[in-house]
Parts: sequence; C-alpha cells; structure tokens
Amino acid sequence: MFLIACIAILVIMLLIVVRAFYGPTVYDRILAVNVFGTHAILLIALYGYLTNRPEFLDLAIVYTLINFTGVLSVLKFIDKLNKFNEEGESV
Amino acid sequence: MIILILSWILIFTGIFLCFTAVLGLLRLPDLYTRIHAAGISDTYGVGLVVFGLILQTGISLISFKLIFIVLLLWYTSPISSHSLLKAAYQSKLLPALKDEEKST
Repeated sequence: MFLIACIAILVIMLLIVVRAFYGPTVYDRILAVNVFGTHAILLIALYGYLTNRPEFLDLAIVYTLINFTGVLSVLKFIDKLNKFNEEGESV
Repeated sequence: MIILILSWILIFTGIFLCFTAVLGLLRLPDLYTRIHAAGISDTYGVGLVVFGLILQTGISLISFKLIFIVLLLWYTSPISSHSLLKAAYQSKLLPALKDEEKST
C-alpha cells in the first residue's frame, strides 16, 4: 500500500515538471519548483515508511528548510536582475 | 484495525488533494490563480498524509518528528507564496481579467 502511494506521488511530480517546462513567465517555474519540493518531502517520508527506516524523516525536516530558503534566494536574485536590467547599473 | 483503515483513508485523501492542486496548477489561466492552487497541496496535502502516518505509528519520537515537519511547512509556505506574489506584482505582471465585451 505504501508502494501505491509512492507511485501516485511520483506521477504527480511528473505533472508538476510539465508546468515547469511550459510556464510562460519565470515565476511559474519558481512556483513549480516549490511545489515539487513539497511533494519530494512527502515522497521521502513515505519511502521511509516503505523500507521501514525511520531515519528518513530527518531528511524530510532538512529538505523543508532547504526548499524554503532556496525559493527565497532565487526570488532575491531575480529581483536584483530585474533592477539591473532597468537601471543599467551594477547592483 | 479501525485506526489502520482510518489512517489509509486519510493518506489517500491527502494524495487526492495533492492531485487536485496539481490539476489546478496545469489548467488555471494565470500565475495568481496558480499560486492559490499550489497552496492547497502545501497545507492540506501534506497535513492529511502526515496525520494519517501519525495515526499509524502511535505516540513515539517518529510522530514528534512528523509533527515538526508539518509545523515547519505550515509556517514557511505562506511566506514563500507571499514573496512570490509580491515579486511578480512588482515586476508588473498583470492578472488575466475577463473581457467585458465578450460577456454581453
């Protein structure tokens, strides 16, 4: 039963990658990566239950924080890039 | 036995909510509506699945770690959604409005 749940989440992650490919703006792609990271956390937790190893939950905690920090860092970078393109000065 | 069946119902309801959120992510017309659809999987998709897993393991260190995952995710996902929306609005991305001439 855990195997069915893991395969379902893998199929869902494939659909999210389709949005990351098609999204017309860059913000669509950032959103898709954020949602992909959230589902990766779910997949890690379910895989830990599938192989009967409770150590995978520590990985899920760490990846929650990495996902959050990564999205905010990419947004800050794109903000600086937009300001650089508008003003023509180095930021 | 009842707790086991209830936990599996919760886990599969959570996965169905994640699928609904991704369906909205693919089909909705604009970025602003897609951010709203993504928020469903962040809160209730993960929340229901993890709550079903907590019911299956009972009270132990594992369930405390699962509660910790859910609390972290519930606190940080609104912040990232709001930052994404604010950055998109400040780079002058207009929302897709309905044309008023076509509706009459």
